[in-house]
Amino acid sequence: MRHFLLKLLKTKPRPSAKFIDMAETAALLARGTEKPSRPAFLNRLRNGDEVAHLITLIFAAAILLIAGLLVLELFRSSVEARHKFGWAFLFTRKWDPVAGQFGALPFIYGTVVTSAVALLISVPLGLGAAIFLSELAPPRISDALTFIIELLAAVPSVIYGLLAVFALVPLLRDPVQPFLQRYLGFLPFFPGPSYGVGFLAAGVILAIMVVPFIISISRESLLAVPNEQREAALAVGATRWESTWQVVVPYARLGIIGSVFLALARALGETMAVTMVIGNTPQIVTSLFATGYTIPAVIANEFTEATGDLHLSALVELGLVLFLLTIIINGFARLMVLATTRRGTAHP
Amino acid sequence: MMGTLERSTIAGPPAPNPGAAAPDRVQPKLKISQLNFFYGAYQALHAIELEIAANRITALIGPSGCGKSTFLRVLNRMHETVRGARVTGDVLLDNEDALAMDVSKLRRRVGMVFQKPNPFPKSIFDNVAYGLRVNGTTGGAHLKEAVEHSLRRAALWDEVKDKLHKSAYDLSGGQQQRLCIARGLAVDPEVLLLDEPSSALDPIATAKIEELVFHLKENCTIVIVTHNMQQAARIADDTGFFLLGKLIEFDKTETIFKNPAKKETEDYITGRFG
Amino acid sequence: MTLQRWRNIINALMFGLTAACALATVCVLFWILGFLIWNGGKSLNPAFFTQLPKPPGETGGGMANAIVGSAQIVLIASLIGIPIGFLGGIYLAEFGMGAFPFVVRYTADLLNGVPSIVMGLFAYSIVVRPMHQFSALAGGVALSVILIPTTIRTTEQFLRAVPQTLREGALALGASKWKAIVTVVVPAAMRGVATGMILGVARIAGESAPLLFTSFGNQYWSSSLGQPTASLPVMIFTYAISPYADWHREAWAAGLVLLAVMLLLNISARLVLSPGVPRH
Repeated sequence: MRHFLLKLLKTKPRPSAKFIDMAETAALLARGTEKPSRPAFLNRLRNGDEVAHLITLIFAAAILLIAGLLVLELFRSSVEARHKFGWAFLFTRKWDPVAGQFGALPFIYGTVVTSAVALLISVPLGLGAAIFLSELAPPRISDALTFIIELLAAVPSVIYGLLAVFALVPLLRDPVQPFLQRYLGFLPFFPGPSYGVGFLAAGVILAIMVVPFIISISRESLLAVPNEQREAALAVGATRWESTWQVVVPYARLGIIGSVFLALARALGETMAVTMVIGNTPQIVTSLFATGYTIPAVIANEFTEATGDLHLSALVELGLVLFLLTIIINGFARLMVLATTRRGTAHP
Repeated sequence: MMGTLERSTIAGPPAPNPGAAAPDRVQPKLKISQLNFFYGAYQALHAIELEIAANRITALIGPSGCGKSTFLRVLNRMHETVRGARVTGDVLLDNEDALAMDVSKLRRRVGMVFQKPNPFPKSIFDNVAYGLRVNGTTGGAHLKEAVEHSLRRAALWDEVKDKLHKSAYDLSGGQQQRLCIARGLAVDPEVLLLDEPSSALDPIATAKIEELVFHLKENCTIVIVTHNMQQAARIADDTGFFLLGKLIEFDKTETIFKNPAKKETEDYITGRFG
Repeated sequence: MTLQRWRNIINALMFGLTAACALATVCVLFWILGFLIWNGGKSLNPAFFTQLPKPPGETGGGMANAIVGSAQIVLIASLIGIPIGFLGGIYLAEFGMGAFPFVVRYTADLLNGVPSIVMGLFAYSIVVRPMHQFSALAGGVALSVILIPTTIRTTEQFLRAVPQTLREGALALGASKWKAIVTVVVPAAMRGVATGMILGVARIAGESAPLLFTSFGNQYWSSSLGQPTASLPVMIFTYAISPYADWHREAWAAGLVLLAVMLLLNISARLVLSPGVPRH
């Protein structure tokens, strides 16, 4: 097509440096060098740039290989359970390895509930902190505090688990949960005996774990809001807080929402800390004081002791459910954060 | 210093120097014919015809966005780093097809100095030696000599000879630009392209650069893009005026500034626009 | 009360409230540190680093095998993951325009968000099952699959931060594209890239979930990389949920050691990085 157009323009097509054409061959021969002709691909390969391109491309493609293999293996290893239970797997409440009955519902419930509790606590806390760090605090203090908060993201999950088991659970068992029961006991969330472990404990430790992510990403989104927006609000007499809450935060809402989704995806997949305080009971109860189970926790606890191939396959199927859930939420969240940075934040 | 629109008596055609190659009037160093340049569907250069003589300084002037930098970058094929950039037409370097030859070879023969100084995050010595090393020169003594020679040509040797192993970023802006010139000279190019080399520098640094460029033409063909007309008038032998992607006029600098043939040239020179 | 007064009160109130949120979050770090230093410090002694674990009921012992095991597993993961991530990152940054690089990038970002326990399932499938046993190798593979997407993206990010004008300077001197990358671009970005790698390795060193059914664990020394291997994070987990007070104390000590290593790596990496990276 290009050559056709160029012929119309009556200009000579510009030979790409990658191919040897007649003119250059003639020139080479005229200069007395003998170069045997070779197939085009090998010629390109002689060129160091093409080799580098190919080698690095192969390594980059490893990502696609890993992703593909991952999906494949998850499907393959869960085939027994999938064939036996079908879609009902997602809605069955019973999880009985001895009887060969496996249902995902208690774990999905537990995963969702603990994550919901985590978000309920961490989003206001995280957003508040992010607003303080980006809008209201002096830059030096903001940088120092942000540094510390980002270190929190680097603390391993088991360490949070240690904290949860030995510090949080006793705290919940004695001062906190009875307190909640006394004053808020009329709500369906707080009846029943309080052991300390259970949905609430898992939710709280999850909140602590995801709050640094919400703070970090929300802070960046807020900082990305152009100064003109703040100045416009202040110029008509708004207070700092009003300008922040009514102008800056709405402008950055896409990035903030994206951060919440990312935090959610993390909370859903979190294993160690939750496993240590969830109580390991596959049941569906509304009370937050009750013990429960999440998908990562049951895989962590039962995988190495699985009784038979069906059990193992059911556990892998749970892993597949978790995988798909986090992929969808993450994919969505990334699109939102992308929209923020690409288009410069909120559009009405 | 030279007056604004007057040619100084120093700047006449150089007398033939027994040691150097005779200035070639018959065959131009660079011959550009029917050059068109496209960014995708947008045409940035239209049918440029130009002959650049050897061992002279050729200046390219014109208002912002007129295509002079684009044109310069075609001469050493830097446009090939941009996706969607396309040229048609011919560029001949000493009668060889510059657009078809090995691009690394071309860039050794046609060097470039950029608008903002861009030294590598290496020592001063390693910066100047980079071009030599990358093109295969090793060997300590030879390298040292070549680096010193280039730094002298760039009028920087005295200022850095004691700190060759310090970081290039320790130098001032003007020194960094002279370092970049030394780096470009180290590979002994036949042509040196300068893309607004002093636009980011103060007047004193600018004067130093102009003086050294002026002396370089003895062994090198210089093409300099500038949006400072006075600079062209000060140092260039020939000047070309670009406007909206076309070469409006090309002639001896004296003629362009005193007796321009085209109206657009005159309007630009006298400041009616741009 | 006038409206203006009321608005000023709200302003001050919200300032205090949001500051409290930030401080609360920061306090958590100090809470963790305090707890670990207090409890872990009490149980930490040189024997921790040199001796094998003792059965519950016997005092003393240590986690030498877990420390070495963690080092082995992390080393395997790094040997696999760092070259792939590094070269892949170069591809995305230097050759990376178009549909294929976009897909690679997006996939890497998605993989970054996959729970680590799922990566453990993956490694179980492709390493443990064929080998018919748990091994340090399987653990290393599981961790490398977490390391690769992180490394690819941080490498790409820091390479992209190198100004285009440096690349052009190298090309204009006759360097070919790959030479320019190797001799100018990568050295210019190396500080950031190395920091990214250190932080990535630090992250996987603290992971426990993917090791639960890949390297599994071992009360003794492992005779080879193809054997079940103890690791520090898994030991902490096992000991913490056990009913023995002795083991709880060991868990604290191990937690202190692990956290100290994590914080040391992270703080030094960030401090080394800060001078070279443009701030907001």
